[in-house]
Amino acid sequence: MSAPLLAVENIGRRFGGFVALEGVTASFASNKVTAVIGPNGAGKSTFFNVLSGVLPPSTGTMRFKGRDLAGTPQHRFAHLGIARSYQITNIFPELSVHENVRVAAQAFRSRYDIWRDRAALTELDDKAAAALAAVGLTHRGSATAKFLAHGQQRALEIAIALVADPELLLLDEPTAGMGPEETKEMIALIEKLAAERTILLVEHKMKMILGLSDRILVLHHGRLIADGNPQQIQSDPEVRRVYLGQNDGYA
Amino acid sequence: MTLSAQSLDAGPRPLRARLAARRVPLSILALCLLPWILPSEALAVNVLVYGLVAVGYNLLFGYTGLLSFGHAAFFGTGAYVTGIAIGRFDVPWFAALALGVAAGGALAFVIGLLSIRTRGIYFSMVTLALSQLVYYIALQASSWTGGENGLRGFTVSELNLFGWTVDFLDPVKKYYVIMVFAAAALWFVSRILNSPFGSVIEAIRENETRARACGYDVERTKLISFTLSGLICALAGTLFALHLAIVPLDILHYHTSGMIVMMTLLGGAGSFFGPFVGAFAFLLMEDVVSLWTPHWQIVVGSVFILFVLFLPKGIWGTLMAWRAGR
Ligand SMILES: Nc1ncnc2c1ncn2[C@@H]1O[C@H](COP(=O)(O)OP(=O)(O)OP(=O)(O)O)[C@@H](O)[C@H]1O
Ligand SMILES: [Mg+2]
Repeated sequence: MSAPLLAVENIGRRFGGFVALEGVTASFASNKVTAVIGPNGAGKSTFFNVLSGVLPPSTGTMRFKGRDLAGTPQHRFAHLGIARSYQITNIFPELSVHENVRVAAQAFRSRYDIWRDRAALTELDDKAAAALAAVGLTHRGSATAKFLAHGQQRALEIAIALVADPELLLLDEPTAGMGPEETKEMIALIEKLAAERTILLVEHKMKMILGLSDRILVLHHGRLIADGNPQQIQSDPEVRRVYLGQNDGYA
Repeated sequence: MTLSAQSLDAGPRPLRARLAARRVPLSILALCLLPWILPSEALAVNVLVYGLVAVGYNLLFGYTGLLSFGHAAFFGTGAYVTGIAIGRFDVPWFAALALGVAAGGALAFVIGLLSIRTRGIYFSMVTLALSQLVYYIALQASSWTGGENGLRGFTVSELNLFGWTVDFLDPVKKYYVIMVFAAAALWFVSRILNSPFGSVIEAIRENETRARACGYDVERTKLISFTLSGLICALAGTLFALHLAIVPLDILHYHTSGMIVMMTLLGGAGSFFGPFVGAFAFLLMEDVVSLWTPHWQIVVGSVFILFVLFLPKGIWGTLMAWRAGR
Protein backbone atom coordinates (compact mmCIF):
# COMPACT_ATOMS: atom_id res chain seq x y z
CA MET A 1 0.00 0.00 0.00
CA SER A 2 1.26 3.46 -0.86
CA ALA A 3 1.51 6.21 1.76
CA PRO A 4 -1.77 8.12 2.17
CA LEU A 5 -2.12 11.58 0.64
CA LEU A 6 -3.52 12.94 3.87
CA ALA A 7 -3.43 11.43 7.34
CA VAL A 8 -5.04 12.98 10.40
CA GLU A 9 -4.58 11.61 13.87
CA ASN A 10 -6.68 12.38 16.89
CA ILE A 11 -7.77 15.73 15.43
CA GLY A 12 -9.92 17.89 17.68
CA ARG A 13 -11.20 21.44 17.76
CA ARG A 14 -12.72 23.37 20.64
CA PHE A 15 -14.54 26.71 20.59
CA GLY A 16 -14.14 27.97 24.15
CA GLY A 17 -15.59 25.18 26.22
CA PHE A 18 -17.52 23.67 23.32
CA VAL A 19 -16.00 20.63 21.62
CA ALA A 20 -16.92 20.76 17.93
CA LEU A 21 -14.55 18.02 16.82
CA GLU A 22 -12.89 15.32 18.87
CA GLY A 23 -10.47 12.45 18.33
CA VAL A 24 -10.88 12.07 14.58
CA THR A 25 -8.34 9.71 13.04
CA ALA A 26 -8.42 8.84 9.35
CA SER A 27 -6.21 8.68 6.31
CA PHE A 28 -7.07 9.34 2.71
CA ALA A 29 -5.61 7.64 -0.34
CA SER A 30 -5.18 9.40 -3.68
CA ASN A 31 -7.89 9.59 -6.32
CA LYS A 32 -10.79 8.56 -4.16
CA VAL A 33 -14.01 10.35 -3.31
CA THR A 34 -14.78 10.40 0.39
CA ALA A 35 -18.03 11.82 1.68
CA VAL A 36 -18.35 13.28 5.16
CA ILE A 37 -21.89 13.12 6.47
CA GLY A 38 -23.65 13.80 9.74
CA PRO A 39 -26.56 15.78 11.18
CA ASN A 40 -26.50 19.58 11.32
CA GLY A 41 -23.88 20.81 13.73
CA ALA A 42 -22.02 17.48 13.68
CA GLY A 43 -18.73 19.25 12.99
CA LYS A 44 -18.37 18.58 9.25
CA SER A 45 -17.51 22.13 8.28
CA THR A 46 -15.26 22.43 11.30
CA PHE A 47 -13.45 19.30 10.09
CA PHE A 48 -13.00 20.92 6.66
CA ASN A 49 -11.86 24.19 8.23
CA VAL A 50 -9.17 22.29 10.10
CA LEU A 51 -8.12 20.35 6.98
CA SER A 52 -7.84 23.54 4.93
CA GLY A 53 -5.94 25.56 7.53
CA VAL A 54 -8.78 28.00 8.26
CA LEU A 55 -8.77 26.83 11.88
CA PRO A 56 -5.76 25.34 13.60
CA PRO A 57 -6.68 22.10 15.35
CA SER A 58 -6.80 22.18 19.16
CA THR A 59 -5.40 18.66 19.32
CA GLY A 60 -3.88 16.09 17.00
CA THR A 61 -1.61 16.05 13.97
CA MET A 62 -2.15 16.29 10.23
CA ARG A 63 0.22 15.05 7.57
CA PHE A 64 -0.13 15.89 3.90
CA LYS A 65 2.14 13.88 1.63
CA GLY A 66 4.13 12.98 4.72
CA ARG A 67 4.63 16.60 5.74
CA ASP A 68 3.45 17.75 9.16
CA LEU A 69 1.02 20.65 8.73
CA ALA A 70 1.32 21.96 12.29
CA GLY A 71 1.81 25.72 12.30
CA THR A 72 1.29 26.07 8.55
CA PRO A 73 -0.56 29.35 7.86
CA GLN A 74 -3.79 29.05 5.91
CA HIS A 75 -2.55 30.69 2.73
CA ARG A 76 0.17 28.04 2.36
CA PHE A 77 -2.40 25.26 1.98
CA ALA A 78 -3.28 26.20 -1.59
CA HIS A 79 0.43 26.11 -2.45
CA LEU A 80 0.83 22.67 -0.89
CA GLY A 81 -2.03 21.30 -2.95
CA ILE A 82 -5.14 21.61 -0.79
CA ALA A 83 -7.96 23.76 -2.16
CA ARG A 84 -11.58 24.09 -1.13
CA SER A 85 -15.02 25.47 -1.69
CA TYR A 86 -17.18 26.79 1.12
CA GLN A 87 -20.65 25.88 2.35
CA ILE A 88 -21.73 29.47 1.72
CA THR A 89 -20.59 30.59 -1.75
CA ASN A 90 -17.29 32.38 -1.41
CA ILE A 91 -16.20 34.18 -4.58
CA PHE A 92 -15.16 37.71 -5.62
CA PRO A 93 -18.64 39.06 -6.34
CA GLU A 94 -17.66 42.35 -8.01
CA LEU A 95 -14.99 40.91 -10.31
CA SER A 96 -15.67 39.31 -13.66
CA VAL A 97 -15.96 35.53 -13.75
CA HIS A 98 -12.74 35.34 -15.71
CA GLU A 99 -10.92 37.64 -13.28
CA ASN A 100 -12.16 35.55 -10.32
CA VAL A 101 -10.27 32.55 -11.62
CA ARG A 102 -7.38 34.52 -13.08
CA VAL A 103 -6.47 36.16 -9.79
CA ALA A 104 -6.60 32.75 -8.13
CA ALA A 105 -4.16 31.42 -10.75
CA GLN A 106 -1.86 34.38 -10.14
CA ALA A 107 -1.26 33.29 -6.53
CA PHE A 108 1.17 30.67 -7.81
CA ARG A 109 3.61 33.00 -9.49
CA SER A 110 5.62 36.04 -8.40
CA ARG A 111 3.17 38.36 -6.74
CA TYR A 112 5.06 41.46 -5.76
CA ASP A 113 6.63 42.33 -9.07
CA ILE A 114 5.59 45.94 -9.48
CA TRP A 115 7.35 46.50 -12.80
CA ARG A 116 5.33 43.94 -14.71
CA ASP A 117 1.96 44.50 -16.32
CA ARG A 118 -0.67 42.18 -14.94
CA ALA A 119 -2.35 42.03 -18.32
CA ALA A 120 0.89 40.73 -19.85
CA LEU A 121 0.66 37.48 -17.88
CA THR A 122 -1.35 35.77 -20.60
CA GLU A 123 -0.60 32.30 -19.28
CA LEU A 124 -2.97 33.20 -16.44
CA ASP A 125 -5.72 33.85 -18.97
CA ASP A 126 -5.13 30.41 -20.43
CA LYS A 127 -5.24 28.77 -17.01
CA ALA A 128 -8.41 30.64 -16.08
CA ALA A 129 -10.03 29.72 -19.38
CA ALA A 130 -9.16 26.06 -18.87
CA ALA A 131 -10.60 26.00 -15.35
CA LEU A 132 -13.76 27.76 -16.52
CA ALA A 133 -14.10 25.27 -19.36
CA ALA A 134 -13.75 22.41 -16.88
CA VAL A 135 -16.78 23.62 -14.93
CA GLY A 136 -18.73 24.67 -18.01
CA LEU A 137 -18.59 28.44 -17.52
CA THR A 138 -16.64 29.47 -20.61
CA HIS A 139 -19.59 31.43 -21.98
CA ARG A 140 -19.93 33.54 -18.80
CA GLY A 141 -16.31 34.73 -18.60
CA SER A 142 -17.03 38.44 -18.98
CA ALA A 143 -20.06 38.51 -16.67
CA THR A 144 -19.74 40.04 -13.22
CA ALA A 145 -19.67 37.12 -10.79
CA LYS A 146 -22.51 38.36 -8.59
CA PHE A 147 -24.92 38.25 -11.54
CA LEU A 148 -24.46 34.52 -12.13
CA ALA A 149 -27.21 32.08 -11.16
CA HIS A 150 -26.66 30.36 -7.83
CA GLY A 151 -25.56 27.08 -9.38
CA GLN A 152 -23.10 28.87 -11.66
CA GLN A 153 -21.62 30.71 -8.70
CA ARG A 154 -21.04 27.38 -6.96
CA ALA A 155 -19.37 26.07 -10.13
CA LEU A 156 -17.26 29.24 -10.32
CA GLU A 157 -16.01 28.64 -6.81
CA ILE A 158 -14.91 25.17 -7.85
CA ALA A 159 -13.10 26.65 -10.85
CA ILE A 160 -11.29 29.01 -8.46
CA ALA A 161 -10.19 26.00 -6.41
CA LEU A 162 -9.30 23.96 -9.51
CA VAL A 163 -6.96 26.53 -10.97
CA ALA A 164 -4.63 25.77 -8.04
CA ASP A 165 -4.37 22.28 -9.54
CA PRO A 166 -4.89 20.79 -6.07
CA GLU A 167 -4.25 17.15 -5.26
CA LEU A 168 -6.84 17.37 -2.51
CA LEU A 169 -10.11 19.14 -3.15
CA LEU A 170 -12.48 19.84 -0.28
CA LEU A 171 -16.08 20.59 -1.26
CA ASP A 172 -18.39 21.72 1.52
CA GLU A 173 -21.95 21.02 0.36
CA PRO A 174 -21.34 21.85 -3.32
CA THR A 175 -25.03 21.37 -4.14
CA ALA A 176 -26.34 23.49 -1.24
CA GLY A 177 -29.40 25.44 -2.36
CA MET A 178 -29.48 23.86 -5.82
CA GLY A 179 -32.50 22.51 -7.64
CA PRO A 180 -32.53 19.03 -9.18
CA GLU A 181 -31.23 20.18 -12.58
CA GLU A 182 -28.26 22.07 -11.15
CA THR A 183 -27.56 19.23 -8.74
CA LYS A 184 -27.35 16.79 -11.63
CA GLU A 185 -24.80 18.99 -13.38
CA MET A 186 -22.76 19.32 -10.20
CA ILE A 187 -22.71 15.54 -9.72
CA ALA A 188 -21.46 15.09 -13.28
CA LEU A 189 -18.76 17.69 -12.62
CA ILE A 190 -17.60 16.02 -9.42
CA GLU A 191 -17.49 12.64 -11.17
CA LYS A 192 -15.31 14.14 -13.86
CA LEU A 193 -12.96 15.78 -11.33
CA ALA A 194 -12.73 12.57 -9.30
CA ALA A 195 -10.89 10.88 -12.14
CA GLU A 196 -7.70 12.76 -11.36
CA ARG A 197 -8.03 14.20 -7.88
CA THR A 198 -8.69 13.24 -4.32
CA ILE A 199 -12.00 14.69 -3.23
CA LEU A 200 -13.51 15.12 0.20
CA LEU A 201 -17.11 16.16 0.12
CA VAL A 202 -19.69 17.19 2.68
CA GLU A 203 -23.22 16.51 1.53
CA HIS A 204 -26.72 15.90 2.84
CA LYS A 205 -28.20 14.37 -0.31
CA MET A 206 -27.94 10.63 0.39
CA LYS A 207 -28.60 9.31 -3.09
CA MET A 208 -25.88 11.52 -4.45
CA ILE A 209 -23.43 10.43 -1.78
CA LEU A 210 -24.09 6.74 -2.29
CA GLY A 211 -23.61 7.13 -6.03
CA LEU A 212 -20.43 9.22 -5.88
CA SER A 213 -18.40 8.04 -2.95
CA ASP A 214 -15.84 5.31 -2.53
CA ARG A 215 -15.98 5.82 1.19
CA ILE A 216 -18.12 7.59 3.76
CA LEU A 217 -17.20 9.10 7.14
CA VAL A 218 -19.98 9.78 9.60
CA LEU A 219 -19.59 12.52 12.19
CA HIS A 220 -21.90 12.91 15.16
CA HIS A 221 -21.36 15.48 17.91
CA GLY A 222 -17.85 16.00 16.61
CA ARG A 223 -16.89 12.33 16.80
CA LEU A 224 -16.25 9.91 13.99
CA ILE A 225 -18.87 7.18 14.54
CA ALA A 226 -18.43 5.26 11.31
CA ASP A 227 -15.95 4.95 8.45
CA GLY A 228 -16.47 2.55 5.59
CA ASN A 229 -17.73 1.98 2.07
CA PRO A 230 -21.33 2.91 1.19
CA GLN A 231 -22.67 -0.63 1.86
CA GLN A 232 -21.05 -0.78 5.29
CA ILE A 233 -22.38 2.66 6.20
CA GLN A 234 -25.91 1.85 5.03
CA SER A 235 -26.06 -1.20 7.22
CA ASP A 236 -24.39 0.34 10.26
CA PRO A 237 -27.02 0.35 13.03
CA GLU A 238 -25.67 3.40 14.83
CA VAL A 239 -25.50 5.44 11.64
CA ARG A 240 -29.10 4.47 10.84
CA ARG A 241 -30.15 5.56 14.30
CA VAL A 242 -28.47 9.00 14.39
CA TYR A 243 -28.65 10.01 10.80
CA LEU A 244 -30.07 7.89 8.03
CA GLY A 245 -33.32 7.09 9.77
CA GLN A 246 -34.34 10.72 9.85
CA ASN A 247 -33.32 11.54 6.29
CA ASP A 248 -36.20 11.38 3.85
CA GLY A 249 -33.94 11.53 0.81
CA TYR A 250 -32.59 8.12 1.69
CA ALA A 251 -34.37 5.17 0.08
CA MET B 1 -4.65 30.88 -27.90
CA THR B 2 -5.59 33.44 -25.37
CA LEU B 3 -9.14 33.65 -24.22
CA SER B 4 -9.20 36.81 -22.17
CA ALA B 5 -12.19 38.56 -20.72
CA GLN B 6 -11.70 41.33 -23.21
CA SER B 7 -11.62 39.17 -26.29
CA LEU B 8 -15.07 37.91 -25.32
CA ASP B 9 -16.51 41.38 -25.66
CA ALA B 10 -17.76 41.99 -29.16
CA GLY B 11 -17.97 45.79 -29.27
CA PRO B 12 -15.24 48.43 -29.10
CA ARG B 13 -13.53 49.03 -25.81
CA PRO B 14 -15.73 51.20 -23.60
CA LEU B 15 -14.69 54.78 -23.02
CA ARG B 16 -13.83 54.03 -19.42
CA ALA B 17 -11.29 51.40 -20.48
CA ARG B 18 -9.74 53.82 -22.97
CA LEU B 19 -9.55 56.54 -20.31
CA ALA B 20 -8.07 54.07 -17.84
CA ALA B 21 -5.31 53.11 -20.24
CA ARG B 22 -4.29 56.78 -20.48
CA ARG B 23 -5.02 57.75 -16.93
CA VAL B 24 -1.55 58.98 -16.03
CA PRO B 25 -1.00 61.42 -18.94
CA LEU B 26 -4.62 62.59 -18.74
CA SER B 27 -4.35 63.23 -15.01
CA ILE B 28 -1.07 65.09 -15.45
CA LEU B 29 -2.62 67.18 -18.21
CA ALA B 30 -5.51 68.09 -15.92
CA LEU B 31 -3.08 69.05 -13.16
CA CYS B 32 -1.08 71.18 -15.62
CA LEU B 33 -4.21 73.18 -16.44
CA LEU B 34 -5.35 73.52 -12.85
CA PRO B 35 -3.66 76.85 -11.95
CA TRP B 36 -5.22 78.46 -15.06
CA ILE B 37 -8.71 77.17 -14.25
CA LEU B 38 -8.84 77.88 -10.56
CA PRO B 39 -9.26 81.46 -9.26
CA SER B 40 -5.92 81.44 -7.39
CA GLU B 41 -2.61 79.65 -7.46
CA ALA B 42 -2.87 79.18 -3.71
CA LEU B 43 -6.03 77.11 -4.16
CA ALA B 44 -4.35 75.17 -6.97
CA VAL B 45 -1.38 74.26 -4.77
CA ASN B 46 -3.72 73.18 -1.99
CA VAL B 47 -5.73 70.99 -4.35
CA LEU B 48 -2.48 69.47 -5.54
CA VAL B 49 -1.08 68.72 -2.08
CA TYR B 50 -4.34 67.53 -0.48
CA GLY B 51 -5.20 65.65 -3.65
CA LEU B 52 -1.87 63.86 -3.40
CA VAL B 53 -2.42 62.86 0.20
CA ALA B 54 -5.84 61.55 -0.84
CA VAL B 55 -4.18 59.65 -3.71
CA GLY B 56 -1.99 57.88 -1.15
CA TYR B 57 -4.95 57.21 1.09
CA ASN B 58 -7.00 55.95 -1.86
CA LEU B 59 -4.45 53.21 -2.52
CA LEU B 60 -5.21 51.77 0.90
CA PHE B 61 -8.87 52.63 1.29
CA GLY B 62 -10.18 52.64 -2.27
CA TYR B 63 -8.12 49.82 -3.72
CA THR B 64 -7.23 47.60 -0.76
CA GLY B 65 -10.42 48.22 1.22
CA LEU B 66 -8.87 49.26 4.55
CA LEU B 67 -10.46 52.20 6.35
CA SER B 68 -7.59 53.84 8.21
CA PHE B 69 -8.32 56.80 10.46
CA GLY B 70 -4.66 57.52 11.08
CA HIS B 71 -3.20 58.80 7.85
CA ALA B 72 -2.58 62.25 9.30
CA ALA B 73 0.39 60.62 11.04
CA PHE B 74 2.20 59.98 7.76
CA PHE B 75 1.22 63.30 6.18
CA GLY B 76 2.37 65.12 9.33
CA THR B 77 5.56 63.12 9.81
CA GLY B 78 6.62 63.87 6.25
CA ALA B 79 6.03 67.58 6.88
CA TYR B 80 7.75 67.74 10.28
CA VAL B 81 10.81 65.73 9.30
CA THR B 82 11.34 67.86 6.20
CA GLY B 83 10.88 71.07 8.20
CA ILE B 84 13.21 69.98 10.99
CA ALA B 85 15.83 68.71 8.54
CA ILE B 86 15.92 72.09 6.77
CA GLY B 87 15.40 74.40 9.74
CA ARG B 88 17.64 72.69 12.25
CA PHE B 89 20.21 70.77 10.23
CA ASP B 90 20.43 72.87 7.08
CA VAL B 91 19.84 69.80 4.95
CA PRO B 92 19.40 70.61 1.22
CA TRP B 93 15.74 70.62 0.22
CA PHE B 94 15.89 67.50 -1.90
CA ALA B 95 17.53 65.44 0.85
CA ALA B 96 15.05 66.85 3.36
CA LEU B 97 12.25 65.74 1.10
CA ALA B 98 13.72 62.23 0.85
CA LEU B 99 14.11 62.10 4.64
CA GLY B 100 10.49 63.13 5.16
CA VAL B 101 9.25 60.46 2.78
CA ALA B 102 11.45 57.80 4.35
CA ALA B 103 10.38 58.72 7.89
CA GLY B 104 6.68 58.71 6.97
CA GLY B 105 7.10 55.38 5.19
CA ALA B 106 8.92 53.86 8.17
CA LEU B 107 6.20 55.06 10.52
CA ALA B 108 3.57 53.59 8.19
CA PHE B 109 5.37 50.27 8.29
CA VAL B 110 5.37 50.26 12.10
CA ILE B 111 1.75 51.40 12.49
CA GLY B 112 0.81 48.91 9.78
CA LEU B 113 2.53 46.08 11.66
CA LEU B 114 0.61 46.96 14.80
CA SER B 115 -2.79 47.42 13.18
CA ILE B 116 -3.05 45.10 10.19
CA ARG B 117 -4.14 42.03 12.11
CA THR B 118 -7.23 43.76 13.43
CA ARG B 119 -10.30 43.98 11.26
CA GLY B 120 -13.08 46.40 10.43
CA ILE B 121 -13.82 49.02 13.07
CA TYR B 122 -10.98 47.74 15.25
CA PHE B 123 -8.50 48.45 12.51
CA SER B 124 -9.86 51.99 12.16
CA MET B 125 -9.66 52.53 15.92
CA VAL B 126 -6.11 51.18 16.26
CA THR B 127 -4.86 53.41 13.44
CA LEU B 128 -6.69 56.37 15.01
CA ALA B 129 -5.18 55.71 18.44
CA LEU B 130 -1.65 55.25 17.13
CA SER B 131 -1.82 58.43 15.07
CA GLN B 132 -3.08 60.36 18.10
CA LEU B 133 -0.06 59.00 19.94
CA VAL B 134 2.13 60.59 17.27
CA TYR B 135 0.17 63.82 17.72
CA TYR B 136 0.87 63.86 21.46
CA ILE B 137 4.52 63.11 20.95
CA ALA B 138 4.75 66.09 18.58
CA LEU B 139 2.87 68.23 21.12
CA GLN B 140 5.23 67.24 23.94
CA ALA B 141 8.46 67.46 21.97
CA SER B 142 7.92 71.19 21.47
CA SER B 143 11.63 71.99 21.44
CA TRP B 144 11.79 70.04 18.19
CA THR B 145 8.35 70.63 16.72
CA GLY B 146 7.38 74.02 18.07
CA GLY B 147 4.49 72.38 19.93
CA GLU B 148 1.18 74.20 19.60
CA ASN B 149 2.77 77.09 17.73
CA GLY B 150 3.78 74.82 14.91
CA LEU B 151 7.16 74.46 13.26
CA ARG B 152 8.60 77.58 11.64
CA GLY B 153 11.84 78.97 10.39
CA PHE B 154 12.65 76.77 7.44
CA THR B 155 11.58 78.94 4.53
CA VAL B 156 12.87 77.66 1.22
CA SER B 157 12.95 80.54 -1.21
CA GLU B 158 14.74 78.86 -4.08
CA LEU B 159 15.32 75.28 -5.09
CA ASN B 160 18.63 74.08 -6.47
CA LEU B 161 19.14 70.78 -8.15
CA PHE B 162 21.84 69.77 -10.62
CA GLY B 163 22.76 73.37 -11.25
CA TRP B 164 19.16 74.41 -11.86
CA THR B 165 17.65 77.14 -9.72
CA VAL B 166 13.93 77.73 -9.38
CA ASP B 167 12.40 80.71 -7.63
CA PHE B 168 10.16 78.96 -5.12
CA LEU B 169 8.45 82.19 -4.07
CA ASP B 170 6.88 82.53 -7.51
CA PRO B 171 3.52 80.78 -7.03
CA VAL B 172 3.29 79.45 -10.58
CA LYS B 173 6.79 77.99 -10.54
CA LYS B 174 6.16 76.59 -7.10
CA TYR B 175 3.01 74.92 -8.37
CA TYR B 176 4.79 73.20 -11.24
CA VAL B 177 7.67 72.02 -9.07
CA ILE B 178 5.22 70.40 -6.68
CA MET B 179 3.28 69.03 -9.62
CA VAL B 180 6.35 67.15 -10.88
CA PHE B 181 6.34 65.17 -7.63
CA ALA B 182 2.59 64.64 -7.75
CA ALA B 183 2.93 63.39 -11.32
CA ALA B 184 5.66 60.96 -10.30
CA ALA B 185 3.45 59.67 -7.47
CA LEU B 186 0.51 59.23 -9.84
CA TRP B 187 2.66 57.30 -12.24
CA PHE B 188 3.86 55.13 -9.33
CA VAL B 189 0.31 54.42 -8.12
CA SER B 190 -0.78 53.57 -11.64
CA ARG B 191 2.19 51.23 -11.93
CA ILE B 192 1.13 49.48 -8.69
CA LEU B 193 -2.45 49.13 -9.89
CA ASN B 194 -1.38 47.79 -13.28
CA SER B 195 0.99 45.24 -11.79
CA PRO B 196 0.01 41.78 -10.52
CA PHE B 197 0.10 43.34 -7.06
CA GLY B 198 -2.86 45.47 -8.15
CA SER B 199 -4.91 42.32 -8.77
CA VAL B 200 -4.02 41.02 -5.33
CA ILE B 201 -5.09 44.10 -3.38
CA GLU B 202 -8.27 44.24 -5.45
CA ALA B 203 -8.98 40.61 -4.56
CA ILE B 204 -8.38 41.35 -0.88
CA ARG B 205 -10.73 44.32 -1.05
CA GLU B 206 -13.40 42.14 -2.67
CA ASN B 207 -13.12 39.10 -0.42
CA GLU B 208 -10.36 38.66 2.08
CA THR B 209 -11.17 35.07 3.08
CA ARG B 210 -11.31 33.96 -0.54
CA ALA B 211 -8.01 35.69 -1.28
CA ARG B 212 -6.42 33.84 1.62
CA ALA B 213 -7.88 30.51 0.52
CA CYS B 214 -6.49 31.18 -2.97
CA GLY B 215 -3.01 31.24 -1.46
CA TYR B 216 -2.34 34.93 -0.85
CA ASP B 217 -0.59 36.10 2.28
CA VAL B 218 -3.26 38.68 3.05
CA GLU B 219 -1.54 40.28 6.05
CA ARG B 220 1.73 40.75 4.24
CA THR B 221 0.01 42.23 1.20
CA LYS B 222 -1.97 44.63 3.37
CA LEU B 223 1.19 45.71 5.14
CA ILE B 224 2.91 46.46 1.83
CA SER B 225 -0.11 48.43 0.65
CA PHE B 226 -0.29 50.29 3.96
CA THR B 227 3.38 51.23 3.74
CA LEU B 228 3.19 52.36 0.11
CA SER B 229 0.13 54.41 0.95
CA GLY B 230 1.98 55.98 3.90
CA LEU B 231 4.96 56.80 1.66
CA ILE B 232 2.78 58.76 -0.75
CA CYS B 233 1.03 60.61 2.08
CA ALA B 234 4.43 61.45 3.55
CA LEU B 235 5.51 62.84 0.17
CA ALA B 236 2.43 65.05 0.20
CA GLY B 237 3.44 66.14 3.72
CA THR B 238 6.94 67.14 2.69
CA LEU B 239 5.54 69.14 -0.24
CA PHE B 240 3.05 70.75 2.12
CA ALA B 241 5.92 71.84 4.39
CA LEU B 242 7.98 73.23 1.51
CA HIS B 243 4.93 75.05 0.19
CA LEU B 244 3.75 76.69 3.42
CA ALA B 245 7.13 77.03 5.17
CA ILE B 246 5.28 76.21 8.38
CA VAL B 247 3.95 72.97 9.83
CA PRO B 248 0.92 73.51 12.05
CA LEU B 249 0.45 70.94 14.83
CA ASP B 250 -3.06 70.30 13.50
CA ILE B 251 -1.61 68.43 10.55
CA LEU B 252 -1.19 65.44 12.88
CA HIS B 253 -4.61 65.68 14.48
CA TYR B 254 -7.29 63.13 13.67
CA HIS B 255 -9.32 65.98 12.14
CA THR B 256 -6.80 65.85 9.32
CA SER B 257 -7.26 62.07 8.99
CA GLY B 258 -11.01 62.64 8.81
CA MET B 259 -10.53 65.30 6.15
CA ILE B 260 -8.42 62.90 4.08
CA VAL B 261 -11.16 60.26 4.32
CA MET B 262 -13.80 62.84 3.30
CA MET B 263 -11.81 64.11 0.32
CA THR B 264 -11.26 60.56 -0.92
CA LEU B 265 -14.91 59.65 -0.55
CA LEU B 266 -16.17 62.91 -2.10
CA GLY B 267 -14.00 62.38 -5.16
CA GLY B 268 -14.63 58.65 -5.33
CA ALA B 269 -12.77 55.93 -3.47
CA GLY B 270 -11.18 53.50 -5.87
CA SER B 271 -11.18 55.96 -8.77
CA PHE B 272 -7.82 57.12 -10.08
CA PHE B 273 -8.33 60.86 -10.42
CA GLY B 274 -11.11 61.08 -7.82
CA PRO B 275 -8.85 62.17 -4.95
CA PHE B 276 -7.97 65.45 -6.71
CA VAL B 277 -11.61 66.09 -7.51
CA GLY B 278 -12.48 65.37 -3.87
CA ALA B 279 -9.76 67.66 -2.56
CA PHE B 280 -10.97 70.40 -4.89
CA ALA B 281 -14.61 69.96 -3.86
CA PHE B 282 -13.73 69.96 -0.18
CA LEU B 283 -11.46 73.02 -0.33
CA LEU B 284 -13.93 74.92 -2.51
CA MET B 285 -16.74 74.24 -0.06
CA GLU B 286 -14.54 75.28 2.82
CA ASP B 287 -13.55 78.50 1.04
CA VAL B 288 -17.00 79.48 -0.14
CA VAL B 289 -19.06 78.43 2.85
CA SER B 290 -16.69 79.92 5.41
CA LEU B 291 -17.27 83.31 3.78
CA TRP B 292 -20.84 83.44 5.06
CA THR B 293 -20.74 81.29 8.16
CA PRO B 294 -18.02 80.30 10.62
CA HIS B 295 -19.87 76.99 10.99
CA TRP B 296 -18.78 75.79 7.55
CA GLN B 297 -18.10 72.32 8.93
CA ILE B 298 -21.83 71.77 9.41
CA VAL B 299 -22.44 72.41 5.73
CA VAL B 300 -19.46 70.37 4.57
CA GLY B 301 -20.47 67.55 6.91
CA SER B 302 -24.03 67.55 5.58
CA VAL B 303 -22.84 67.45 1.99
CA PHE B 304 -20.56 64.58 2.95
CA ILE B 305 -23.44 62.62 4.48
CA LEU B 306 -25.54 63.21 1.36
CA PHE B 307 -22.69 61.83 -0.72
CA VAL B 308 -22.28 58.70 1.38
CA LEU B 309 -26.03 58.10 1.17
CA PHE B 310 -26.75 58.98 -2.44
CA LEU B 311 -23.45 59.05 -4.35
CA PRO B 312 -21.31 56.39 -2.71
CA LYS B 313 -18.98 56.35 -5.72
CA GLY B 314 -18.19 60.03 -5.23
CA ILE B 315 -18.10 62.75 -7.88
CA TRP B 316 -15.48 61.29 -10.18
CA GLY B 317 -16.44 57.65 -9.59
CA THR B 318 -20.07 58.39 -10.47
CA LEU B 319 -19.07 60.35 -13.55
CA MET B 320 -16.92 57.47 -14.79
CA ALA B 321 -19.61 54.89 -14.10
CA TRP B 322 -22.16 57.06 -15.89
CA ARG B 323 -19.94 57.50 -18.94
CA ALA B 324 -19.25 53.78 -18.97
CA GLY B 325 -22.97 52.99 -18.89
CA ARG B 326 -23.68 54.94 -22.09
N1 LIG C 1 -16.19 29.65 14.71
C1 LIG C 1 -17.00 29.01 15.59
N2 LIG C 1 -17.16 29.49 16.85
C2 LIG C 1 -17.95 28.86 17.73
N3 LIG C 1 -18.66 27.75 17.45
C3 LIG C 1 -18.56 27.23 16.22
C4 LIG C 1 -17.73 27.84 15.22
N4 LIG C 1 -17.82 27.11 14.09
C5 LIG C 1 -18.67 26.11 14.37
N5 LIG C 1 -19.10 26.17 15.64
C6 LIG C 1 -20.02 25.21 16.29
O1 LIG C 1 -19.50 23.93 16.10
C7 LIG C 1 -20.53 23.02 15.81
C8 LIG C 1 -20.24 22.31 14.52
O2 LIG C 1 -20.39 23.25 13.48
P1 LIG C 1 -20.13 22.87 11.95
O3 LIG C 1 -20.32 24.10 11.16
O4 LIG C 1 -18.83 22.18 11.85
O5 LIG C 1 -21.31 21.85 11.68
P2 LIG C 1 -21.73 21.14 10.34
O6 LIG C 1 -21.62 19.69 10.59
O7 LIG C 1 -20.98 21.67 9.19
O8 LIG C 1 -23.26 21.55 10.25
P3 LIG C 1 -24.16 21.91 8.96
O9 LIG C 1 -24.64 20.62 8.40
O10 LIG C 1 -25.29 22.70 9.54
O11 LIG C 1 -23.33 22.67 8.03
C9 LIG C 1 -21.83 23.80 15.79
O12 LIG C 1 -22.47 23.64 17.04
C10 LIG C 1 -21.38 25.23 15.62
O13 LIG C 1 -22.25 26.12 16.27
MG1 LIG D 1 -21.40 22.76 7.53
